[in-house]
Amino acid sequence: MKKDEVPQDAASTYGGVRKLLYAVDDSGAYTGVKSAGWEPEAFANIQAVDELNRLRDEAWARAKAGKASPLEYHMYRRRMEPATLQAVTGFWGWRVRRHLTPEVFVRLPDRILSRYAEAMDLTVAELRALPEKPQG
Amino acid sequence: MTEFPHRQSAHCESGVVANMVSHGGLMMSEPMAFGLSSALTFAYMPMIKMAGMPLIAYRMPPGHIIKGVAKQLGMRWRRRTFSDADAGMAALDAELDKGRIVGLQTCVYWLPYFPEDMRFHFNAHNLVVYGRDGDDYLISDPVFEAPVRCDAASLRKARFAKGAMAAKGMMYDPEGAPREIDYAVAVPKAVRMNRRIMVGAPLPIIGVKGIRFLGRNIAKVAARPDAATKLPLYLGHIVRMQEEIGTGGAGFRFLYASFLQEAGKLLNRADLQDASGALTEAGDEWRRFALEATKMARGRSKLDVKALDAQLNKIADMELAMWQGLKGV
Repeated sequence: MKKDEVPQDAASTYGGVRKLLYAVDDSGAYTGVKSAGWEPEAFANIQAVDELNRLRDEAWARAKAGKASPLEYHMYRRRMEPATLQAVTGFWGWRVRRHLTPEVFVRLPDRILSRYAEAMDLTVAELRALPEKPQG
Repeated sequence: MTEFPHRQSAHCESGVVANMVSHGGLMMSEPMAFGLSSALTFAYMPMIKMAGMPLIAYRMPPGHIIKGVAKQLGMRWRRRTFSDADAGMAALDAELDKGRIVGLQTCVYWLPYFPEDMRFHFNAHNLVVYGRDGDDYLISDPVFEAPVRCDAASLRKARFAKGAMAAKGMMYDPEGAPREIDYAVAVPKAVRMNRRIMVGAPLPIIGVKGIRFLGRNIAKVAARPDAATKLPLYLGHIVRMQEEIGTGGAGFRFLYASFLQEAGKLLNRADLQDASGALTEAGDEWRRFALEATKMARGRSKLDVKALDAQLNKIADMELAMWQGLKGV
C-alpha cells in the first residue's frame, strides 16, 4: 500500500482515534502512517456490534415477556454469549444454559448469582433486575 | 515518575516489546520486534470459536513475540501472575514506586479509554504502565497515538478478567536488557523459522495452505441453507480478523514487509528487499479481497463465492512464491 493510499475514512468505530498502518512512500521505503479508518473495516466492525445489539434487544424483549431471564439480557449487554459467559464464570456449559432459563434463574441463590455479577461487574440486585429499556 | 517514550504501534504485543526493549537501551522498531520473533502466520481454526465464528489468525498466538524476541536477544523477562487481585495490584504499585515500568496483559473490554465499538472480550491485550497519578494509572498503550490514563478499578478488572487466555494479572519487565544484537545471525534465523511456519506446516489449515482452505470454506458456508444471513456475517468476520485493531493493514503483511525491508537495508541484502516488495503486493491483494468481500456482504455487488476463492488462491500463490524466494536465506 502506498502512503497516499492509506484510507482516511473517518470511522465512527474509532471514536476519533487514529491507528497506525504501514505503507510505502514514493521511493518504496516503509513508514508508519496514521489512519482515521477504512470503510470496509468499519462496516465489518459495525456489523459485529449491531449483531450483538440485536441479540441484546431481543433478549430484553423476551425477558420483559417472561420468556427469558434477565441474565440473558445482561450477558449480551456485556457483549458476551453463552460460551464466553461460561469461560468468565467457570460454570459448565449446561449449567449456564440452565441458569439462562427464567424458571431456574429466579430460584438461584446469591452464591451463584454473585459469580455472574462479579464477571459482569454488576451487583446481584442489578443482575436480578431488568432495566426499563435496553442499555448501551 | 519514570520517563517512558511512547511510540504508537500497529500491534499491541510487538509495540510493547519494541518500546520496552528500546527503553532498556537497545533501539528497536516495531516491525523488527515482529520479524525477529517470526510472528507472521495464517491459521484457520474452526475448533476455536470467537462469538460463534472460527478464529482466523494472521499472527502467532499471544505471548509469541514476548518470548521470541527474548530468545533472539538472549535476555529474560521477569513474568509474574497472581491468584489474588489485591496482591497483583500491590505488586504493580511496588514496581512503580521503585521507578520501574511494567508490561501488563489485560482484557480490552474493561479498558475505559478504548472507543465503545472496539471493546470486545479479548484477554491478551498488552500495554505498559509507567506511572501513577492519584487513582489513575499512566499507561502507554501502543495502539493509541498518545499515552492514556486508566482508573484503578477498571485496570484491576481488565487484569483479572477470567475466561479464554485469562491474564491472571500477568506483569512483566525485562531482566537486564541487552544493548546489542548481531542482526546478521538473528535475521536469517527468524526468516527461516517463519518460512517453516508459512510453507512447512503439515496441517491444511496453517500457512499458505490455510489461505486456500479459507477460500474453500467460504464456498461451504455459501452452500448452507441459512447462507442468506450467515454468509454476510461470515465475510464481515473475515475482514474484521484481517483489519481490526492492530494488524498494521492486510493481516500483518505490511508490518512483516516493513521488517524485511529494514533488515534488507541493515544487512545490505537484495533478497530480503525483494521479498519485502513481493509481500507488499500480496498485502495489497489482501486489501482488495477485503474490499470485494465487504461489497458482497453489503449486497453492493453480486455474491460471487468463486471469485473470492480465486482471489484467495491468488494470494496464496503470491505468498508461496515470496517464501520460496527466501529458501535457504
